[in-house]
Formats: sequence, C-alpha cells, structure tokens
Amino acid sequence: MEVFRNNGVLEISEIDPFLAELLRQIPASTNPESVPAAEQRLFSPPAGPNEKELCAEWKIYVEPELRRLFQTATETVEADLGQLAESEKPFANSALRIPHEHSEAWLSALNQARLAIAAKYDFTEAELCDHYRSPIGSRRDLSLFQVNFYGFLQEFILREMECGNSPAPEK
Amino acid sequence: MQVFPEIISAVETPEVAEETKEALDLPWNVVVHNDPVNLMSYVTMVFQKVFGYPKEKAELHMLEVHRKGRSILWSGVRERAELFVQQLHGYLLLATIERTI
Repeated sequence: MEVFRNNGVLEISEIDPFLAELLRQIPASTNPESVPAAEQRLFSPPAGPNEKELCAEWKIYVEPELRRLFQTATETVEADLGQLAESEKPFANSALRIPHEHSEAWLSALNQARLAIAAKYDFTEAELCDHYRSPIGSRRDLSLFQVNFYGFLQEFILREMECGNSPAPEK
Repeated sequence: MQVFPEIISAVETPEVAEETKEALDLPWNVVVHNDPVNLMSYVTMVFQKVFGYPKEKAELHMLEVHRKGRSILWSGVRERAELFVQQLHGYLLLATIERTI
C-alpha cells in the first residue's frame, strides 16, 4: 500500500483486498449500538456525577447534536469508500482518493471506529502499543490490528493536513 | 448584610448585571482526561483548533494529559467552558467541566 498527496487529494494506492475490506468496515465499526461500553465512550458525560442537572441537559440538547456530527462524518467516508467497490477484478489491488476537504470527516470516522472497537474489546494500553502482534491469531488480534491500521491512516492524514496548512518554503 | 444580585440587576444597567453574574459564576475548568486510544498528534491538533493554542502549548497540555492523566485546558465562565467541552466531545476527547471550588 502506498500513500501520497497529489493536487490536494490524498491518494492511497495498491490497497490489497484484506486492507480494502478493513477500510470498508470503517462505517459499520463506528456504530456503538449493542455495545454499551462503546456507546459510553463515544458519548461520555460532560461532568462528574455531582453535576446531575448539567449531565441531564447535555443528554437532551448536546448528545443529539454530537450524534448528527458523527453521522455526517461517517456518511462522507462511506461515500468515498464507494470507490473501493468499483474494481472489476475481485482480488485486484484497489486505490482510494480522499479529497483534502474530507480530511476532518475521515479523522472523525476513523476515531469513532478506533474508540468503539477498543471499548468493545477493552484493549489495554500495552496491547494498543504492541504494533508487532500478528493479526491472524484471533478475532481480538484482528480487531487490534484494525485499530492500529486506522491509527496509521489518522497519522498520515494529520501529517498531510499539517503540510497543507504550512506556508510554502521560500525560494 | 446580605446582597441579592437579582434585585441589584433590576435597577442597574444590563452590562453591570452581566459582569456581576459572570463574577459570581467564575471560575470553571475545562479538563481533558487521558485516553489510551486517541493519538498524541490528534490530541495536539484538537487543542490547537479548539483553543487556538500554538503547537508548543498544545503539545505541553497533551503531554500533561498523557503523563498525569489530566490537564486543565481553560478556566473561566461556565457557558464558555461548556462550549469548549462540547467542541472537545465533537472531536471525541474525554473532556469535562469542573468547578474550581
């Protein structure tokens, strides 16, 4: 897999079918429904238990806004991922182009997915730092690989955003 | 002698009333808590965007969160603190608003 920037578009080329499948799973992975730990992490309380009124108001007024915000980001990513379905050959490598203006939506969706998966499997900090673990051992190992792969993409998008915001070098 | 701010605000100008209200409300802290999943570079970027901090200051706060488990990012009136916490939750950081006293 190769990642580079081309005319304001982030291009990910030579994506093998395994990684393409992990990318396709981003929208579904952002959904915290049926996993209380994930729901709790994505919609954490805004204050301690003593601030009951504040927390109750937050649930009514702010949480729906946050759900809409996260949903919009996921829909943008889902639309971009439509490019991965265009390949005619089932086992061919594919490519993905992410417009610069979709960067924030990708960061959000990748983060939602990483947090939801990590909460679901209750990964420890040591596990999350173990980047050399085999992804083939179990479903848990595969999910850990997924979290780290999405993290790698986040790092790359962040670096590209930073480069895009930096002034051009003086000649 | 006990002073009732509501009565005072009814006879004074709105500007003074607002100042009194804010003075009584001060201060609340915006606290960000450690999270092993969020990337350090991502957290730094969020602090820059939400608070307008330069990268160096944002990194110092990010490291404080990482090493000490929490960092106070901002202190001030409740409404503004709530807005900051809402923005931080929009970026999926673990953030809370806390009274300082």
